[in-house]
Amino acid sequence: MDDGIRHMSIAIHLENLTISYGTTAVVHDVSFDVAAGESFALVGESGSGKSTILRAISGLAPEWTGTIEVEGKPRAHAPDRSFAETCQMVFQDPYGSLHPRKTVDTCLAEPLAIHGIGGRDNRVKDMLAAVGLDQRFRFRFPHQLSGGQRQRVAIARALMLEPRVLLLDEPTSALDVSVQAEILNLLKKLRRDQGLTYLTVTHNLPVVSFLCDRLAVMRHGRIVEIADVADLKTGRLAAPYSRELFAASGGTLQPA
Amino acid sequence: MSAPLLDLDGLTVTFPTARGPVDVVKGISFTLGRERLGIVGESGSGKSMTGRAILRLIRQPGKVSARRMSFDGIDLLSQGERQMRSLRGARMSMVMQDPKFSLNPVMTIGEQIAEALVTHKRLPRRDLKARVLAMLEAVRIHDPARVAGLYPHEVSGGMGQRVMIAMMLIPEPDLLIADEPTSALDVSVQAQVLDIIDDLVTGKGMGLILISHDLNMVARYCDRILVMNSGEIVEECRASDLHSAQHPYTRGLLAAMPRMDEDRDELPVLDRSTWTTGSGT
Repeated sequence: MDDGIRHMSIAIHLENLTISYGTTAVVHDVSFDVAAGESFALVGESGSGKSTILRAISGLAPEWTGTIEVEGKPRAHAPDRSFAETCQMVFQDPYGSLHPRKTVDTCLAEPLAIHGIGGRDNRVKDMLAAVGLDQRFRFRFPHQLSGGQRQRVAIARALMLEPRVLLLDEPTSALDVSVQAEILNLLKKLRRDQGLTYLTVTHNLPVVSFLCDRLAVMRHGRIVEIADVADLKTGRLAAPYSRELFAASGGTLQPA
Repeated sequence: MSAPLLDLDGLTVTFPTARGPVDVVKGISFTLGRERLGIVGESGSGKSMTGRAILRLIRQPGKVSARRMSFDGIDLLSQGERQMRSLRGARMSMVMQDPKFSLNPVMTIGEQIAEALVTHKRLPRRDLKARVLAMLEAVRIHDPARVAGLYPHEVSGGMGQRVMIAMMLIPEPDLLIADEPTSALDVSVQAQVLDIIDDLVTGKGMGLILISHDLNMVARYCDRILVMNSGEIVEECRASDLHSAQHPYTRGLLAAMPRMDEDRDELPVLDRSTWTTGSGT
């Protein structure tokens, strides 16, 4: 009973997670919890293993040991259809993550068809409205959309099954600053409206400051520090590597 | 600093489309001395096309026209392809965005850098090797002798980009055009690469055009900034005055960037009401 209550409030629970590609372990012994409704960030340089953690949670990197629990349910190594209803992922590159020969409508309706959910027409309409896309984009192909519009479609696709947890892999790094601002606002609004939990991978610390509540700094497949976003805003990160990263991106001229 | 190194007047780049010709660069004019000039703008603003047009790298069916386009007194528009080839690399060169796609995968790094030099100058082999190693050292690659023997897939992105810079700078050009030189790199490596470009450019008194979408980065490394939007220069200012920029587009871009100590609940966005439904975002 007690255990059940604990799990209710924890959306993602990772314990001693080690992930390998072939014989090479790329993430070592990672443990952290993300509370329900929280927005948690993983930051670090390329190759630090931050995206790999998201891939393991979503089932794209099946060679792991340790514990992955999402919404209290342990994740199996095999693909799991019911898991898709609790947790979905948005990928980095909206130019690569949408099927080039499927219309927006097909792309959004497909998860519903797979899971046998009815009322697809209305659900697709509502979702387009929720991510701020006009209905006239419904029957277009990805190449007829701009990068920001595509990323809206990718977010809409992830939300079609009404998951509680969203994994975001560099959701704005392929976009221009003004489009990035739109997508960040959208993500913030969706989380507020639907009470979502976010686990975001990014190397952009100002984005963390805008979107997240806590962050974990990673290097060489290990977590070097977990800090509150307030520490980031005031520049009070403790670990030397975090401070280095902060200096590299925070030493920039900030507009008044 | 007498005559400008580069003098552009009314540069226009046109591409034909099904709906008639489209100007992607619309008659822009600027001059460049031996200084660091930043061109910023969003995707599709024409900033990269401007850089390519200067090197006459726009392929058919694209068309470049200008009232005047001269580099160190040479009229670039009247140069033949053969003459352009002797200018490119030797007098002006370009660092591209992604080292993964710009380096030759089947040549060692040392060979590629040497090739950039021998194309324009005859050199005894021993001097050539010494020049290559010295250049690799100048872009802060430790153990240059080892790296010269490696293939591009064996080095990291940051190192690959430094190799690109070495290759572009070894013929000692007068003008370097860097088109998004760091956007494929990690934040921690970006600063190193830009510092290297900065050191070499100021040390040799070259002209630099730094093309980027990152306003902060450009403000940090350039003397002067041009802001481009849909093929036009909407604002020109000194880098130190960027925060007091006047044009609504520039102000919009500056405001749309999240800050390290972000306390705004929503980021202001540019007006794109033509395609969004406009609610909330």
